[in-house]
Amino acid sequence: MTVTESKPRYKYVGTRPVRHDGLEKVTGRARFAADLNLSGQLHGIVVRSPHAHARIVSIDTSKAEAMDGVKAVITGDDFPAVDPSNRNYDMCVNIMARHKVFYEGHAVAAVAASTRDQARAAAAAIEVAYEVLPAAMTIDEALAPGAPVLHDHMMTKGADPPATEPSNVSDITRFAAGDLDAGFAEADLVIEREYTTKPVHQGYIEPHACVADTGQDGHTTIWCSSQGHFNVRSSSAAMLGWENTRIRVIPAEIGGGFGGKTTIYLEPLAVALSAKAGRPVKMVMTRDEVFRATGPAPGTKLKVKLGARRDGTLVAGDAYLIYSGGAYAGSGGLLGAMTVFESYNIANFGVESLNVVVNTARSAAYRAPAAPLTAFAIETMLDEIATELGIDALDLRLANAVAEGDPSTMGFPFARIGFTECLEAVRDHPHYSAPLGPNQGRGLAAGYWFNIGESSSATVNLNEDGTATVVTGSPDIGGSRASMALMAAEELGIDPLDIRPVVGDTEAVGFTDVTEGSRATFATGMAVVEACRTMVAELRGRAAKMMGTDIDDIDWVDGQAVYTGSDGDKAPLSVAAICAKAKRTGGPLTATGSLEAHGAGPGFAVHLCDVEVDPETGVVRVVRYTASQDAGTAIHPSYVEGQIQGGVAQGVGWALNEEYIYDSDGVMENPGFLDYRVPVASDLPMIDAVIVEVPNPAHPYGVRGVGETGIVPPIPAVANAINDATGCRLRNLPMSPVRVLEAITANGGSDG
Amino acid sequence: MLSAMKYASPTTVAEAVDLLGAEPDARVYAGATDLIPQIRAGRPEPAVMVDLKRIERLCAIARRGSTYTVGAATPTADICAHDGLAAAFPGLVEASGLIGSDQIQSRSSWGGNLANASPAADTPPSLIVNEARAVIAGPAGERTVAASAVATGPGATSLSGGEFIVEFELDEPPARTADAYLRLIPRTEMDIAVVGAAARITLDAAGTVAAAAVALGAVAPTVVRVPDAEVALIGRRPSGDALVAVEAAAAAAANPIDDKRGTAAYRRQVAGVLARRAVAIAAERASQPGEQS
Amino acid sequence: MSRVHVTCTINGDPAEFLCDGGQTLLDALRDEAGLTGAKEGCGTGDCGACSVVMDGRLLCSCLVLAPEAEGATISTVEGMAAGDDLHPLQQCFLEGAALQCGVCTPGFLVAAKALLDRNPDPTETEVRYGLAGNLCRCTGYDKIVRSVLAAAQTVNES
Repeated sequence: MTVTESKPRYKYVGTRPVRHDGLEKVTGRARFAADLNLSGQLHGIVVRSPHAHARIVSIDTSKAEAMDGVKAVITGDDFPAVDPSNRNYDMCVNIMARHKVFYEGHAVAAVAASTRDQARAAAAAIEVAYEVLPAAMTIDEALAPGAPVLHDHMMTKGADPPATEPSNVSDITRFAAGDLDAGFAEADLVIEREYTTKPVHQGYIEPHACVADTGQDGHTTIWCSSQGHFNVRSSSAAMLGWENTRIRVIPAEIGGGFGGKTTIYLEPLAVALSAKAGRPVKMVMTRDEVFRATGPAPGTKLKVKLGARRDGTLVAGDAYLIYSGGAYAGSGGLLGAMTVFESYNIANFGVESLNVVVNTARSAAYRAPAAPLTAFAIETMLDEIATELGIDALDLRLANAVAEGDPSTMGFPFARIGFTECLEAVRDHPHYSAPLGPNQGRGLAAGYWFNIGESSSATVNLNEDGTATVVTGSPDIGGSRASMALMAAEELGIDPLDIRPVVGDTEAVGFTDVTEGSRATFATGMAVVEACRTMVAELRGRAAKMMGTDIDDIDWVDGQAVYTGSDGDKAPLSVAAICAKAKRTGGPLTATGSLEAHGAGPGFAVHLCDVEVDPETGVVRVVRYTASQDAGTAIHPSYVEGQIQGGVAQGVGWALNEEYIYDSDGVMENPGFLDYRVPVASDLPMIDAVIVEVPNPAHPYGVRGVGETGIVPPIPAVANAINDATGCRLRNLPMSPVRVLEAITANGGSDG
Repeated sequence: MLSAMKYASPTTVAEAVDLLGAEPDARVYAGATDLIPQIRAGRPEPAVMVDLKRIERLCAIARRGSTYTVGAATPTADICAHDGLAAAFPGLVEASGLIGSDQIQSRSSWGGNLANASPAADTPPSLIVNEARAVIAGPAGERTVAASAVATGPGATSLSGGEFIVEFELDEPPARTADAYLRLIPRTEMDIAVVGAAARITLDAAGTVAAAAVALGAVAPTVVRVPDAEVALIGRRPSGDALVAVEAAAAAAANPIDDKRGTAAYRRQVAGVLARRAVAIAAERASQPGEQS
Repeated sequence: MSRVHVTCTINGDPAEFLCDGGQTLLDALRDEAGLTGAKEGCGTGDCGACSVVMDGRLLCSCLVLAPEAEGATISTVEGMAAGDDLHPLQQCFLEGAALQCGVCTPGFLVAAKALLDRNPDPTETEVRYGLAGNLCRCTGYDKIVRSVLAAAQTVNES
């Protein structure tokens, strides 16, 4: 179902062709990074710390080096020393520890051998002596007086007064507007609540993998699965101390990322091993390694206070947000501060947020980073306010929702946004008024993500037969190639299936930033459109030559050069006809577009969730789900729906079951899909994705990023539904059967 | 992954016994659905993996007189597809079908489920309330023991070196008898039981309980029988106060721990709930003549 | 150490490969037989990305030892299409946008085919439970389940 404002009638944009990379993927032929094998290739294995926090006393690689089949062994000493003042310091010492390990699973050495088993045996023979240090595993432990300080150089940025001693707080962010005291004085109702959440993993099904082949000329080629191969190039170069130009990165198909593949772990290790051995080196993580050493999203402690007038008008908000970034400074605090009060007009607010380091894996981006947790707080508190004031929960949101011209947290006015339209779409959906069964409850929640632009490049090549190849630098993690082809088809007037969209390597296309921030279809799409528009101008010129007239007399209409001059009738020329004569009119037809995209339109979503709770066991089942989201313009609606549905599934998993569990030594206890419980097919109902289209004025087709917003509302939607079903307020994640049953039977309606 | 290991696939019980006798560090397996993940997680690799699935007897389901025999390596998918077993032991068959996904069902077996000795395994409570017997082969020949005597603690069994389970024997239940199994998992599939409860009820002609068996999984180092629940049921209708007593008795009998899958308090409370519900289902089934084989 | 010689049938063709005694069938298919359609997502039987059918049984090939394939008939995703003719499941997955990143897709297709072979007209609930051993982190399963139901209809109508 689509709610559509009046918009231009497009021929291809908004249709649902079969995706171009689909055939290879349903036949098993698509090449993911682990599917590639080079002749003579070695297998690389990483040696990882068994301790959460320890000083590396010594590493003895001699036994491993003497073993059968072993061709190279590396440790931190094989990489250039790096200083904490270097902006790549955290990444470099995370990829391979130097002197200290900061979490269980931290890489300390790597080995390459002829077979995987030889490499594994050699890795086991590397002797690392550790001096185990006390660990701080949680925010509370890291902030406690006398806590072990992870990094001697960590002086809190933004501290007031300035920090004089190192601590585990990497930075503090503050935003404020209006007069907080006056705002709360004006309020008829003030509530203050605290929330805690655990680290969770992105859970992409494809483990990290790469192959690196370093030649004797000192240049290397990396095939890998990442969200941005230009970033793999620059990050690997930084770690190796090489120039970017020595590294070519060829993107493989990527088996899911969700933010977790915006950083790197293996590639420089494979390059260093390959350089040392003089052979290609393949490295593939196990699932266990993926959980222990990559990407969790931060755990948090949040304290939020909201004030409202009797009529429901929000007048004051105060938030104190703590995000654990894992072993190194994270960015959750800043992003949490940017999103906590963003969706509603609150004249007086203050936010203070902290990033804290703990002895867990370095956190990485995860779909709308930080926002699902601030939404958990705000959207469940809004429900409480609605109940207290006797106002309908949806009406309360409508009354306070931000709209065009309202100031954002950062002070900029919003451009045209579709929050109100999303609320109305849910209100008008049959789900909103459907009856509930016994032990069932319904929850409403909204969510927001700002989306980003960044750098993108695209090249359009017309082939001799009039078909086109569109090359971009954006790895396709959810169907973006189909969207690129649809926008190019609309511009050029040729069928999208006559366009081949390709993700080019670092030497085949212009620089392009990582696929993150829901930017690919927005920003890279803009580059494609720019390239196509340059191409159309060129085609008009070629047609003019062929017709013996001036370019100003040629219009481009529906894929054809149409003569508009007064010198009689001239037959229109198709792309194919112009391509056929290209040799005589100026040579090959190629055009590029490169830009820094601005105006990524914020994406809003409103979700409605029904749950059924077993009051005797605390088990929660999601039984119905409807999700509206403003896509601006849906280029390929099936993949917009897919992004929304996927975000909902991840959010529901986060709400109910997903969490990192550590034992008392800081060792992860659930590093597999058995006990790290992502939703399975039978855990979910159909997810009705309602696409709202309020075009983004900054994009030629009105696109807003859609990849991330969908994960923001599910946690509070589930929490509000549980409250509706049981009368219990759950404020700690995950809302597991244990917690729900405790709330129902033991704690008088809350989880502690 | 495990390339140093050797693979052997005997076709007779005797051959398997000989293999185990010749190599003390050999390990039998049926589906390996627990064993391979355990080895990946760091458990020492056995020298030889002895695949039992090519021994016909290990994968056969048969009925001799009033006794069913089920090969210890029979895939649970085959057990679930067996009409006779499903009619006679609906709870045990349901427990069998709960082990993992369809993919796992192709490999999982009663023998593996019991001999792996996980306190949370799904089928042992149901095997025990149905008084299943395990036929064990070893260097000294074959012996038959109660299924309840096999697991002695987490990962530990009463099997001695060179022994393995060949098959299970189950007597056809008496009239007006049925079983049920329920487990608590956070998701709908793919999880290890946080609590499991099996019950078997025999009713007399008047609808009162003539015999009862209740057993709990995942709440102690091995399966826990709940004799107090059984006493509370016998001679009474399986409803009302009797079920309240079952719930209390099961909660009291549970001796759980806190771990990553749940707290002791939660397990104790839910053990009572599931026991009560399992008894009610089993009794309802026992009262339906159509459900009997 | 000497390797084990395995003779079997893969996707209808006679095949043989050498493997180690403790090598998994997944590794043998990918590294020895050159069939990389089955993926390793977990190595513990929890994600289903390595699903194949051996002697009529749907399996996680990461939990099968390669020597067990001796004499067996194995079907993988690479064998689902008959030449250029896609299996209805493959066609419905394409038309129904049932894949995003696509790394779980081979496992889903193999498992869904096994499901429909056993139960040609499943309900939504039966599809969801039948595919519970296959994890997808991209789609929320909605379009996968719809595509399997659509494929069942196609198969039943033909």
